[in-house]
Amino acid sequence: MAEALAAQVRSASVGTEPVIELVGAGKTYRTGAIEFEALREVDLRIGAGEYVAVVGPSGSGKSTLMHLIGCLDTLTVGSYRLAGEDISELTEVELARIRNHRIGFVFQQFHLLPSLSAWRNVELPMLYGRVPPGERRERAVDALERVGLGDKLHNRPGELSGGQQQRVAVARALVGEPDLLLADEPTGNLDSASTADVLALLDELNGQGRTIVLITHEPDVAAHADRVVRVLDGQVRSDEPSAGRRAGAR
Amino acid sequence: MSWAETLRTGLAAIRTHGLRSTLTVLGILIGIAAVILTVGLGLGTQKDVSEQISSLGSNLLIVTPGSSLSLEGLRGGFGTRPTLTRDDAEALASSVNTPDVAGVAPEKSTSLSLETSQTNWTTTVVGTTEDWPSVRGRTLSSGSFFTAADDAAAAAVVVLGSSTATELFGTTDVVGQSVTISDVTFTVVGVLADAGASDSTDLDDMAVIPLTTASQQVIGGRDRNSLTTVYVQAASTEQLSAAYQETETLLLNLHGISSADSADFTINSQDALVSTATAVYRTLTVLLTGIAALSLLVGGIGVMNIMLVSVTERTREIGLRKALGAPPWAIRRQFLAEAAVLGLAGGVLGAVLGILAARVLPDLLDTSIVVSGLAVGGSVVVAIGIGLTFGVYPATRAARLAPIDALRSE
Ligand SMILES: Nc1ncnc2c1ncn2[C@@H]1O[C@H](COP(=O)(O)OP(=O)(O)OP(=O)(O)O)[C@@H](O)[C@H]1O
Ligand SMILES: [Mg+2]
Repeated sequence: MAEALAAQVRSASVGTEPVIELVGAGKTYRTGAIEFEALREVDLRIGAGEYVAVVGPSGSGKSTLMHLIGCLDTLTVGSYRLAGEDISELTEVELARIRNHRIGFVFQQFHLLPSLSAWRNVELPMLYGRVPPGERRERAVDALERVGLGDKLHNRPGELSGGQQQRVAVARALVGEPDLLLADEPTGNLDSASTADVLALLDELNGQGRTIVLITHEPDVAAHADRVVRVLDGQVRSDEPSAGRRAGAR
Repeated sequence: MSWAETLRTGLAAIRTHGLRSTLTVLGILIGIAAVILTVGLGLGTQKDVSEQISSLGSNLLIVTPGSSLSLEGLRGGFGTRPTLTRDDAEALASSVNTPDVAGVAPEKSTSLSLETSQTNWTTTVVGTTEDWPSVRGRTLSSGSFFTAADDAAAAAVVVLGSSTATELFGTTDVVGQSVTISDVTFTVVGVLADAGASDSTDLDDMAVIPLTTASQQVIGGRDRNSLTTVYVQAASTEQLSAAYQETETLLLNLHGISSADSADFTINSQDALVSTATAVYRTLTVLLTGIAALSLLVGGIGVMNIMLVSVTERTREIGLRKALGAPPWAIRRQFLAEAAVLGLAGGVLGAVLGILAARVLPDLLDTSIVVSGLAVGGSVVVAIGIGLTFGVYPATRAARLAPIDALRSE
């Protein structure tokens, strides 16, 4: 029943009202006198409830695109509307609120705070979201259990393996129950069993109607998505339904 | 994020960087303790000096030769002509024109060597009259003071200060012993009781002999009739200014001087001396405090350095917190709390150290240290200010970065 409803929501929103709408978007990095155009002329629309994989070779601009979508960086040219709002017109405080409430981000480099235990790291987004302390702990523990780290609540990042750190980062991204989950190679350090767990989690979240954008190198992982966006030299080269979807696997 | 949460996060961060936090606190602590101690030392010296002046006696006018106004007068006073003599002192004591004067003690003093068969000791030898103990507010711990008859007969008798007696004989039980001053052998007839509370040791290290004996046999010389000081005691505090007028008028008459401006003597009241000395020491205190404040500034720069390093190093943390949805004010508040805690800890510990040192040091240095509430409060406020300024400014700067730039920084 819930599945059906979610699917209905998904199909209704796809193509009608995009959550993410990049038009003529470009990003140029400046390092001293050297300029580097990491993204150019990107037009991308992603509807509510879509599950999109972004693929492309190393250095092609995938992370850059993800940071722009996550409101962590600003465009050099073009426009970006998130849920109908022009991001360039928002204040710092409004942007902070959007990042906190609507977006969950899994960084390629995890970015965990080394001095905090796993559950304190997962708690962080809720600290800025007015969630009462008791509930914060409960939800943080819950999220860690969902990624299979129920026994590592009090370990600091330095006391966790690379794959475990990545799963803490995933737990932190989903603990705030965001509408939009952005994951930069969330399975890069995981073995096949853990990868399957995380992917199942993403499928479940997508099943609840959440929009997911995922960067990956692995075709198997990309196959989980509805749509695959291929980036090359800072440009979107192709944008088509995923192999899995075309094959009717899902 | 609530204040309690902010404080918890701040304390956790302080604990994480334990050594660095300790050093920061230490920098502030030393500066604060230095300010409290120097201000305290200045105020303490000021207090010691005014106590010393009060211990000269009560309701006193101090008449010294020479004018305070003109150089010429000064030269007259210390050089050729004796401008203050025993006759002046006797006139002040006996004249019907000085009804408000209760007592007069002339003093002729110089530094001389006192010898016994075993040892010798150089101290101030004061020639005076039998009224000296009452005018100077001194009592004897043993024996008795010399009499008018002793003075008239130029008797070779001496009253010793307690520390002088101890230096010469190892005891204060010395009545009847002999002391040689300038080849004259004196008999000790009495020992002065300790001057009192303050550590004005000068008042306990002296030898008092009859004025006649002093001018005829001991000090002598060309200015044998001149006096070093005349202490004039007013009958009461209310009569002090009347006594001042009478003394001035009488001495001007005796010296045949028509205008007070060309007087060849100077009259000071204890109050005037206290306020002069206080002014001098206040200047000194301000100067010392300036130097201590400089050390606080240097400490502050050290703190700034540590804070800058700390915040720069934590730019990634700031970036992450922003990426997870921390608004700029929450970042500012977090560093504000951290810096304030460090500043407060340094300030409070510095104040405690300063106050403790102010308890211990006077015994070692032989001076008083007065802990001033203003200095303590002021420096704690300054300490917090240092923490805030140098902690929050770089944090605010970091909070303005795009989250991803802050996250990428090394
Ligand atoms: N801050 C920066 N300053 C200058 N150049 C940058 C900066 N960040 C990224 N770049 C450049 O932009 C290009 C795209 O970088 P990006 O991180 O988006 O690549 P990517 O597709 O995520 O690669 P990977 O798969 O290796 O993570 C790269 O050539 C990189 O060198
Ligand atoms: Mg990348």
